[in-house]
Amino acid sequence: MLFGIIVFPGTWSDTDCFYAIQDVLGFRAEYVWHEETDLSRFDCLILPGGFSYGDYLRTGSIAKLSPIIASLDSYINSGKLVIGICNGFQILCECGFLPGVLLKNDCLEYRCVQTNLKVASNDHAFSNLYNIDKILDIPISHGEGNYYADQETISNLEANNQIAFRYSSPGGDTSAEYNPNGSINNIAGILNASKNVLGMMPHPERCCESILGSEDGALIFKSISKWINKNI
Amino acid sequence: MDIDKKTLEEIALSEKEYEKIIELLGRSPNHVELGLFGAMWSEHCGYKHSKHLIKTLPSKSSRVLSESGQENAGAIDIGDGYAVVFKVESHNHPSAVEPFQGAATGVGGIVRDILAMGARPIAILNSLRFGTLGESKTDHIFGGVVEGISWYGNCLGIPNVGGEIYFDACYQDNPLVNALCVGLVESDNIASSSAKSIGNSVLLVGADTGRDGIHGASGLASRNLDAEQEMRPTVQVGNPFLEKLLIEGCLEALATGHVEGIQDLGAAGLTSSTVEAASKAELGIFINTSMVPTREDAMSPYEIMLSESQERMLLFVRPEYVEEISNIFTKWGIYATQIGEVIKEPHIEVNDGTKSVAKVPIQFLTEAPSYSTDTSSIDLKSLNNILHQPDPSLSAQNSLLSLLENNNIGSRQSVFQKYDSQVQTNTIIGPQHSAAVLRIKDTTRMISLSIDCNSRYCYLDSYIGAQIAVAEACRNVSCTGATPIALTDCLNFANPERPEIYFQLEQSIQGMGLAARTFDTPIVSGNASLYNQSDLSEIYPTPIIGCLGVMPNSVTPVKSGFTEVDADVFILGTNTLTLERDSLSGSEYYSSLYQSVTGSPKINLELELQVQSLCRDLIAKHVILSAHDCSEGGLAVALAECSCIGSIGFISNNFNLNDWEADLFGESQSRIIISCRKSDSQSIIEQAQMVNVPIIHLGTTTDYKFKLGEVINTDVSTLTSAWSSALPGK
Repeated sequence: MLFGIIVFPGTWSDTDCFYAIQDVLGFRAEYVWHEETDLSRFDCLILPGGFSYGDYLRTGSIAKLSPIIASLDSYINSGKLVIGICNGFQILCECGFLPGVLLKNDCLEYRCVQTNLKVASNDHAFSNLYNIDKILDIPISHGEGNYYADQETISNLEANNQIAFRYSSPGGDTSAEYNPNGSINNIAGILNASKNVLGMMPHPERCCESILGSEDGALIFKSISKWINKNI
Repeated sequence: MDIDKKTLEEIALSEKEYEKIIELLGRSPNHVELGLFGAMWSEHCGYKHSKHLIKTLPSKSSRVLSESGQENAGAIDIGDGYAVVFKVESHNHPSAVEPFQGAATGVGGIVRDILAMGARPIAILNSLRFGTLGESKTDHIFGGVVEGISWYGNCLGIPNVGGEIYFDACYQDNPLVNALCVGLVESDNIASSSAKSIGNSVLLVGADTGRDGIHGASGLASRNLDAEQEMRPTVQVGNPFLEKLLIEGCLEALATGHVEGIQDLGAAGLTSSTVEAASKAELGIFINTSMVPTREDAMSPYEIMLSESQERMLLFVRPEYVEEISNIFTKWGIYATQIGEVIKEPHIEVNDGTKSVAKVPIQFLTEAPSYSTDTSSIDLKSLNNILHQPDPSLSAQNSLLSLLENNNIGSRQSVFQKYDSQVQTNTIIGPQHSAAVLRIKDTTRMISLSIDCNSRYCYLDSYIGAQIAVAEACRNVSCTGATPIALTDCLNFANPERPEIYFQLEQSIQGMGLAARTFDTPIVSGNASLYNQSDLSEIYPTPIIGCLGVMPNSVTPVKSGFTEVDADVFILGTNTLTLERDSLSGSEYYSSLYQSVTGSPKINLELELQVQSLCRDLIAKHVILSAHDCSEGGLAVALAECSCIGSIGFISNNFNLNDWEADLFGESQSRIIISCRKSDSQSIIEQAQMVNVPIIHLGTTTDYKFKLGEVINTDVSTLTSAWSSALPGK
């Protein structure tokens, strides 16, 4: 079980992901420079948060041109697992690995706050250890996390159970009041149709230890490990 | 005189200074040489009015690995093989002219100072001062500064873990933007800013050099800011993405062990970085400006030497390792260009291709003249400030609510939520508490950080005010459980050529020195920003103090807010709740509700020391649930803040209607509010008695009520809605 953590110029959650996965949770992890193209040794790849290429032009638009992206295409098609967190989610959308886009937050400002997430699906690699409707305490930190897609895409995502997490109140209320960035249907994370790619704006790697205030992110990485061990 | 006044004015040198240069050189300087002197002898680089005063500050302790002035930032041993480097620096004048870029590049600049120590930047804090909120100029500057800090810092992936923001009309034309950066480095791997040895290649790394920021140090940072002046071209423009690459590239290059020296390019760009590095090595330096990659065509050697283009570093590398080091930067997509070499003769020699354009002994440039201003004309009696006592026009309760929604006291959440305070996953206590706490991975330590200054106190009495600034910065750190071990300072003052301002500077430095010695917290780094005045206004003396504390990770750090109901609440540091009227001197209460800033603030440093020590001991024994220092707004505001932060109420029977103004809102120093489980109360009282620290039981926490005897009777949601509305924003 080996996690790969992809590093673009400007990525900054790479070390946080590495620390959470290897030092805290005890899984193995390796950094993957964005120019690498052989991804075969990894069981799950993570595109971490940050400002790849300064987010200049548009989030993810320059990262999309990195050599690793072509390899990522075949990696995903082979059914292997990929998570994009924050900037990683933006890159996955920009590359077309996930539908929709992430617009500027509706408040037009950066937001680093604690949010509650409601688990919307668990029939996949990324949250099989969570119960449906379980409320998680996971922070966000972004300026462009306002998930948007056309109505047909949203309907398909909902119908196919491709919503992973929604922003909610601590009690599970998913009304607009608890939406930190304006995302349609309070969407905080989505899956691709074959459910081997997850994109999410909140940062699970920031809450894998009680000393940081929450351990709710750890189950994502543990779910992946369980899924892979089961499928090996 | 063979030079016109306009040229001297441009580089901010006096005629006398020009004559001194001729005397030193034995000839007239050429244009480029004059530019070198202008930059190095500027107030900003040369500390002309402050260096002899700063020398009196304590800078040593057993933990100090690099003292103030020796390197780019102070380094302090925190144990387990690691050192913390930290420094606060101003970017006031650029932020007044262009708030967004001014503040952004302020963050960029201090981060490179820390990087130049070989340290990875692990936290940023800010101390900000603006004019009166609601006036269009202040709103513009405030909004721009916060956006600039957010934009630059977030992109770098360095958490912004706290700081302070105050508003006062005296900062209307001269806002203060002081940024503090903290870095972590293995004690054995602290980098040097020395050019080190003859023959070393000089590598310029990072951004191309442009025409931005020319005369930033001399023209903008070292004189009064006049409202009419068009200074925008002297402000630099930032590129945080490039800075992020520079951080990673430099740290990777330093890890090879093949970089002998590293310097950041800040004020006065290539000039000050090359001269300082050569000076530290007691060697000379040769620079060929035609080798410097430029952003624009036809830049002159003068422009190249004085440009303050951001995101550049200078590396000193043995020639045989140049290729290895350059390859590292190529991987990160940035240039490393050889622009010169270290030479034996202690001169700076500048060539444009084969043509020599400047040759000046290093020592002439580093020994800027030192000035003091005669303060004998100051009538000390006129400074004995009598407290003016306006009649209250508001009830106690309305006064409290009004203070809570005052923009100097209320919640800063609308600002702090724009900064990433968590990246790097070390933040145990973030913004909105007395001080921030970070764990240091792979060690058994945590560090705590605060930044503080009440400039009203310094205005009323600079000597006492500066002592209070040190005491309060340390108190904030002690409230988390950490022991203060070092300080950094940023001296923000008006024009020091005026006797009354120079007097403030002198008194502040003396007060800081006294307090720093008392607390055994050496001042390991700092910066001075003078000439913060315009035709219309001048700032209060504002010596900003940053404090670093350390604690073992066996201690659970404590936050400011109440944590549970039915807890006992005590106040440490006083044996009476009936305060003298004098305690309202310089108070937020008189200032914001009655526009009156009078009186004489006071502090007892010995009591302060004992109170802080007791607070830390109690936290180490795990008997305290929360600790909050009592500062602006006095006891009533401090209690209300504990309630608002924790969403927990409080009931006390200790307050009565007699002279509630001083009792509730007096700002008597050395007081800390703590809460604890009832079962721990007796042992806390006994411990306080044992070390002779006065303690009073104030009351008990409760679910939603907030009641102070007969004087205040409200609830937490009323307080919170006032407290949360203090600053604009969503």
